[in-house]
Amino acid sequence: MSRQHFWRVLPIVALVVLALSGCSGHESLNTLDPKGSAGETQFDLMKLSFLIMLGVFATVITIFVYVLIRFRKRKGVERKVDNVHGNIWYEITWTVIPIILLTIMAIPTVKSTFDLAEEPEGEDVLKVKVTGHQYWWEFEYPELGIRTAQELYIPVGKKVFLEIHGRDVLHSFWVPALGGKMDVIPGRVNTMTLDADKPGMYQGKCAELCGAGHALMDFRVYAKEQSEFDAWVAQMKKPASVATTSDQKKGEELFLQNCLACHAGTHPKIKAPDLTKFGTRETVAGILPHTEENLKKWLKDPQSVKPGANMPKIDYLQPDELEALVDYLESRK
Amino acid sequence: MGTLIVLVVLALFLIAIFNGGYNRTFLERVKNSTVWDWLTTVDHKKIGILYFLSGFVFFIIGGIEALLIRLQLIVPHNDLFVGDTFNELITMHGTTMIFLAAMPMIFGLMNVVIPLQIGARDVAFPFLNALGFWLFTAGGLLLNLSWIFGGAPDAGWTSYTQLALNEYSPGPGIDYYVLGLQISGIGTLIGALNFMVTIVNMRTPGMTFLRMPMFTWTTFVTSGLILFAFPALTVGLLLLMFDRLFGANFFDHAMGGSAVLWQHLFWIFGHPEVYIVILPAFGIMSEVISTFSKKRLFGYESMVIATTVIGFLGFMVWVHHMFTVGLGPVANSVFAVATMSIAVPTGVKVFNWLFTMWGGELRFTTAMLFAVGFIPTFVMGGMTGVMLALPPADFQFQDSYFVVAHFHYVLIGGTVMALFAGSYYWWPKMFGKLLDEKLGKIHFWFFFIGFHLTFFPQHFLGLFGMPRRVFTYQSGVNLETLNLISTIGVFGMVIGTLAFMFNVVKTFKKGVQASSDPWNGRTLEWACASPPAPYNFAQLPKVRGYDAFWLEKEAGNKEMQPAEPLAPIHMPSNSHIPILMAIGFFVAGFGFIARGDFSMAILGLVMVFITMFMRSFDRDPGYYIPVEEIERTEKGVKS
Repeated sequence: MSRQHFWRVLPIVALVVLALSGCSGHESLNTLDPKGSAGETQFDLMKLSFLIMLGVFATVITIFVYVLIRFRKRKGVERKVDNVHGNIWYEITWTVIPIILLTIMAIPTVKSTFDLAEEPEGEDVLKVKVTGHQYWWEFEYPELGIRTAQELYIPVGKKVFLEIHGRDVLHSFWVPALGGKMDVIPGRVNTMTLDADKPGMYQGKCAELCGAGHALMDFRVYAKEQSEFDAWVAQMKKPASVATTSDQKKGEELFLQNCLACHAGTHPKIKAPDLTKFGTRETVAGILPHTEENLKKWLKDPQSVKPGANMPKIDYLQPDELEALVDYLESRK
Repeated sequence: MGTLIVLVVLALFLIAIFNGGYNRTFLERVKNSTVWDWLTTVDHKKIGILYFLSGFVFFIIGGIEALLIRLQLIVPHNDLFVGDTFNELITMHGTTMIFLAAMPMIFGLMNVVIPLQIGARDVAFPFLNALGFWLFTAGGLLLNLSWIFGGAPDAGWTSYTQLALNEYSPGPGIDYYVLGLQISGIGTLIGALNFMVTIVNMRTPGMTFLRMPMFTWTTFVTSGLILFAFPALTVGLLLLMFDRLFGANFFDHAMGGSAVLWQHLFWIFGHPEVYIVILPAFGIMSEVISTFSKKRLFGYESMVIATTVIGFLGFMVWVHHMFTVGLGPVANSVFAVATMSIAVPTGVKVFNWLFTMWGGELRFTTAMLFAVGFIPTFVMGGMTGVMLALPPADFQFQDSYFVVAHFHYVLIGGTVMALFAGSYYWWPKMFGKLLDEKLGKIHFWFFFIGFHLTFFPQHFLGLFGMPRRVFTYQSGVNLETLNLISTIGVFGMVIGTLAFMFNVVKTFKKGVQASSDPWNGRTLEWACASPPAPYNFAQLPKVRGYDAFWLEKEAGNKEMQPAEPLAPIHMPSNSHIPILMAIGFFVAGFGFIARGDFSMAILGLVMVFITMFMRSFDRDPGYYIPVEEIERTEKGVKS
């Protein structure tokens, strides 16, 4: 690289560095700021390997820059070049040192690989059965008898043991801020342990291409203090609220006629999310903020919100019927 | 049935025309035309050029797809290409770049250079060489026709089942993928076999294995990898074809099949595949760095050992693509350590390159710039590769933009940069003209900076929680700026590539005629004319050591010493059967995609068998170039 070229590149490099320093990940999604012990373990290994690699890179780049400047051809100067074959000791050095570095990385790697795969023992474990569908997530708490969709509530500080099932195609369960992913494979049960050490909302993603709506197969993990979590459990176990106003009753009727075939509540052959507690959700379809407007948008044309969604358009209702249906859904808490 | 009759009649007409029973003068004119010459050529240099140029065309197509992908991701909630359309773009981008751009361009350089480097007159099987090229072209065309006839494949370049099965991907999209790749895969397999036999059997006297140039060595190891890896793909694609077309259930879990089976088959092929495209790149880099440092390659023997070790380990590590499948900690640990160990031979190579330059006299031609730019870029890609090999860390990296950044650093920073370095380096040998250095430097700087601008931020996008293969991301989670930078960077690469295309056109129009040895080269290809005569070497050169041509120059000789007296040279005749056979495969492939009605498929297969039959009883023994003609040609070259 001639000096001239160097000065041409420098401002661009500086610009990139500036741009990068201006942004960092969002706390609900960032793998570099883990909020749980699994993410912590993974982050430790990422740091270790990054530091070692940085050392290697620094060595290479130092020699590289030195060579480029020192040995470039100068105009009018003819240098005698020695045709060396190689040097056995040099070559042994740069074979042995990497082996040592890799061993340093391999030991904690193998240890934490086994640690992460271990099933947590003891009473204090929350079990959750996760099922990935095109393009939504179902969460079942077998010990609590609760079933939800798109929103996973967990108590802070408690190990959560996830049993991951698949129905249709491959998906991959990923909550970046809490810990790495595990694939959802039909005909196979995978397991994974997570915990959160701080209350908050953590964004979850599907990481395996699963079709048209893959990019929008998001879910949320809410980590709550134990007392809040217990309150949530109690709320979920309460029988669904009964429709009171006439509008809601009309809505219920419409729901039974139009939606029940798929949204069959707690029926085991469930095809679509259970809507019994829909009023408590913070999102519509896992991505839109929960407002009446967004709910109507979703009902009228689900595919425009989430391409490939299996839900048919409910665009044949009269405006007042739609209003009633929305009213009923919002009342379900 | 109607179509069938029309096609048969058409075929009969064509046969009549080609047999001369119809119009003899017309036939003569066709047979003497340049187009016919290129369609039927068995000359390895011409086939190499065909491979290279068609690979470049696919590179442009794949590049346009990439540009569209980045345009969709320029801002959050963009709706330029969403859902299935976006998935078609990513699938075709990946498939095109790996199978239809990188591999054929590498094969192109190999075809031109390898026989010259080992001092051979031709490849071992010239007919198969042509067949391999036409099959690749047929498969590539078939795959890309899916854009025109609707429903390009959209299950990712890995086509994971269940998504790739009928139930979740109805329509012909994945069928194009399965049959297009199958056909072009046969071509690749044939090509690899040919290189292997050529390198083993056709080296000139004195060219022992440990005197072969590095590019020949890497080609040799790569051919071995193809020979073992592609059958896994062939089997996988065949099973998928049976699942999709004939209702078998190899991958359907509901019927006792396994989705993980496809992943194993795919990655037993897929992992060696990345070494298939990177090892020749290492070879090109070794040649370019050594030539422009005016120094012998440092630690040649350890480079050879490193190459074979990388080739061997390449087969041992496929499960690192499947760490999150849930195969358990034992499998994950074993494959993690195996994967990490590849860093050792790769590191040996990097240090050997650095020490080749150490003490040399570096000339920064465009080819050398690409080689030099390759080193830090590839080292970064290698670093993230080691990081990915640790399963717990990989749980975070897997299927995120971090992986996208990693493999683009390796595949563009490695393979594509090597291909450009090789193009500038061997262009005079291929076409007899030197590419323009000024445009070349514009090409390098725009491409290099654009590349880093595009892919460096993607590491962070992945770490900040963006999965790969998504057509959108949510706003307000700090992914906007980095995505914007990434998209801007693409334009740098576009400008660089346009400069290259302009350079090629300009060179064809008014390029400077190159001498036979424009770079003060070290290996045998620089000892024959640019472009070489059809028979390469009038007399096979005698090799007396590593860097054979350089040794002669050091000893004060202007050219290689001959290893044989001047004698008539045997040459193979051109043949139109390879292209006909490829058309047969193409028709058969199309017929299978049509589903339901297999008459067209049967017609295609019949055509394949007829051409095979014709080839089996072909008695053409080739021809001899008499001594006088050789002498005439050689004199013309000298003046």
